[in-house]
Amino acid sequence: MDIKEYFSLVFSDYTLRTITLGTAILGAICGMLGSFAVLRKQSLLGDAISHAALPGIALAFIITGTKDTNLLLLGALVSGLIGTFWIRGMITKTHLKSDTALGLILSLFFGFGMLLLTFIQKQPNANQAGLDKYLFGQAATLVEKDVTLMAIVTGVCLVVLLLFWKEFKILLFDADYTKTLGFNTRFIDVLITFFIVLAIVLGLQTVGVVLMSAMLLAPAAAARQWTNKLSVMIVLAAIFGAFSGVFGTAISASQNNLSTGPVIVLVAAVFVLFSFIFSPGRGILFKQIRFWQNRRDLKLQKTLQFMFDIAKTHEDISHPHAIKILNNFQGFTRGSLKEMEEKKWVEVQGQKWSLTQDGYNAAENLYKQ
Amino acid sequence: MSLPQIEIQLIAAIVAIACAIPGVFLVLRKMALISDAISHSILPGIVIGFFLTEDLNSPWLILLAAVTGVITVVLVEAIQKTGLVKEDTAIGLVFPALFSIGVILIAKNANDVHLDVDAVLLGELAFAPFDRLMVAGTDIGPKSLWVMGIILSITIGLLIAFFKELKVSTFDAGLSSALGFSPVVLHYGLMSVSSVTVVGAFDAVGAVLVVALMIAPAATAYLLTSDLKKMLGLSILFGVSSAIAGYWVAHLLDASISGSMTTVLGVVFLMVYLFAPNKGLIAVMYRQKQQRTEVSLLTFLLHLNNHTEESERHINHLNEHINWQRVRSQTVLDLAQKNNMITITDSIVTLTSKGKEFTDLALEYIITNKDEKIEHMKDNFFLFRG
Repeated sequence: MDIKEYFSLVFSDYTLRTITLGTAILGAICGMLGSFAVLRKQSLLGDAISHAALPGIALAFIITGTKDTNLLLLGALVSGLIGTFWIRGMITKTHLKSDTALGLILSLFFGFGMLLLTFIQKQPNANQAGLDKYLFGQAATLVEKDVTLMAIVTGVCLVVLLLFWKEFKILLFDADYTKTLGFNTRFIDVLITFFIVLAIVLGLQTVGVVLMSAMLLAPAAAARQWTNKLSVMIVLAAIFGAFSGVFGTAISASQNNLSTGPVIVLVAAVFVLFSFIFSPGRGILFKQIRFWQNRRDLKLQKTLQFMFDIAKTHEDISHPHAIKILNNFQGFTRGSLKEMEEKKWVEVQGQKWSLTQDGYNAAENLYKQ
Repeated sequence: MSLPQIEIQLIAAIVAIACAIPGVFLVLRKMALISDAISHSILPGIVIGFFLTEDLNSPWLILLAAVTGVITVVLVEAIQKTGLVKEDTAIGLVFPALFSIGVILIAKNANDVHLDVDAVLLGELAFAPFDRLMVAGTDIGPKSLWVMGIILSITIGLLIAFFKELKVSTFDAGLSSALGFSPVVLHYGLMSVSSVTVVGAFDAVGAVLVVALMIAPAATAYLLTSDLKKMLGLSILFGVSSAIAGYWVAHLLDASISGSMTTVLGVVFLMVYLFAPNKGLIAVMYRQKQQRTEVSLLTFLLHLNNHTEESERHINHLNEHINWQRVRSQTVLDLAQKNNMITITDSIVTLTSKGKEFTDLALEYIITNKDEKIEHMKDNFFLFRG
């Protein structure tokens, strides 16, 4: 199946439609909440939480013995939250830094989860197969029920986001001020963290624990480059996330042996790369162009100043001088002389140049601003 | 114990030591998550190396993959330098992308590569003894034992040779460059050693668990000591003992060796986190509670000092005035009485001469706010602490 075929099938084929819708919704909610994670400098929290969710899945399976997605995700949610609060406790109560705390929770919980998973695999119970899909995710296992769950969570999350918009925003940018205004910062903080954990847990089935953090970060990091406004950033991040989901699914469906999770992550990475380079305000390309432009302007002004210094010793400012005397001046080129002529700062006749009144005035005002 | 069992434990112990040494410096330099990033992003390097060499233990593969690890660090720093995103976001963007490329490479060439994605995450320590190194037809031990042994001896050699430089640049990068040891060179040296170690250990314990072996022993040791040498020693001790204990737990449960090694590490960390003498959770909470009571006591003494009239010094009035709960007031009163700072007659509280002296000193401390520790003063006056 190639990409064209995919897009013609996406509206008619049940499986494709479900998966595409699922990854799109997932991308959107991750982008939305990921914006907060990125702006709160908690980018890697997502990585830690997604790994920390693994033992929850395994334990939920051991306790209940069923593979009901909702129950497993509930387990993941609980263990993700335990991980989050342990990280927080470690940072506030001991002198371990946040990177150590994140790395510890990430690897220790994941190792414990792996121990449980291998333990389950050795059990005589034949029902266990398929738990390891949570490692890398399998979008193909999404069914309508899962997508409905995702949609409901996204809806709830949207409502909460709108209700607490002001609080979230102010906490994000000035936590101390928020406290002095009398908001319960702890509650807001826990609320937003809870939703971030929830989004991560939802994504486990589709992209898996290992790559979930990128799902959260990449759309937000890309959106950040295009705007300085929180609301715009969140909307953009949701759009980028949804498109990464759809394109990723399309590409992985059109080829054999391509798991969806890694492809979605790579598509999101392309979005990031594109934004880093081509965003008009912050992008590397335009920054470099602006840099060159500034440098050229500066050279031009320096040359003008040099000419001004010569011209002002003469009574007639437009007294012609030989171009040769400019040759020693650093930054002078034929091109820059031509440009100055176009700006009507100088007039060139043969091998001589002369300053115009405009040029004289411009040079005089150069350092007066 | 059979020979393979001994060999497995030996490999596990050597991996643990080799990881613990760079781990200590990563934790101290607040770069613990770089190990996570490296451990994931070496995957494409390993896969490409495997295509070229067809041998997971080939030194070329290890070098190639280690170069990928260093490239990750360079990429993260380059992204960070553009100022477009913060450092942690840069890490979080680079390694999943590289890891995805690795996973896709494995999936697309599943028939040619004897690498499966589970092994990437978990490693296969149990199979390590079966891959023997043959020299001139004689069996001289498991290959990975030799590989990790060589990596470990290089690491130890570098550690001894550059211990002073590493120490200075870890704690004071400015001083280190003033003394003429380039922090940049040391930084990339450490990154290279970490990358090589991660790649070597990868085969045995997998991508995520190598992070545990690097960070957990170092973090556990960091809660117990502030001495670099002791920290190195302790983290090696924790690493090795957890590795061997983990092997036996796995043996008992018939589960993944690396998973149970990490779990043992986790349990050890949890214990130390809770019970470490000065920096553990319980010690910290106890100290905070103590300080809270002592600050209350000071407030109370200052209040007494300010008011000479009897009505202000009545016990019930204090309750209302400073707005404390009954239990809290009782604790503070008891503490003050035990330390001979107040006397209570007919429910009227009076400062003793010792209490007066302490209050005056404390007042002076508060007003001048000189950089002398109030703790020192408390030591002089308090017989009993809060």
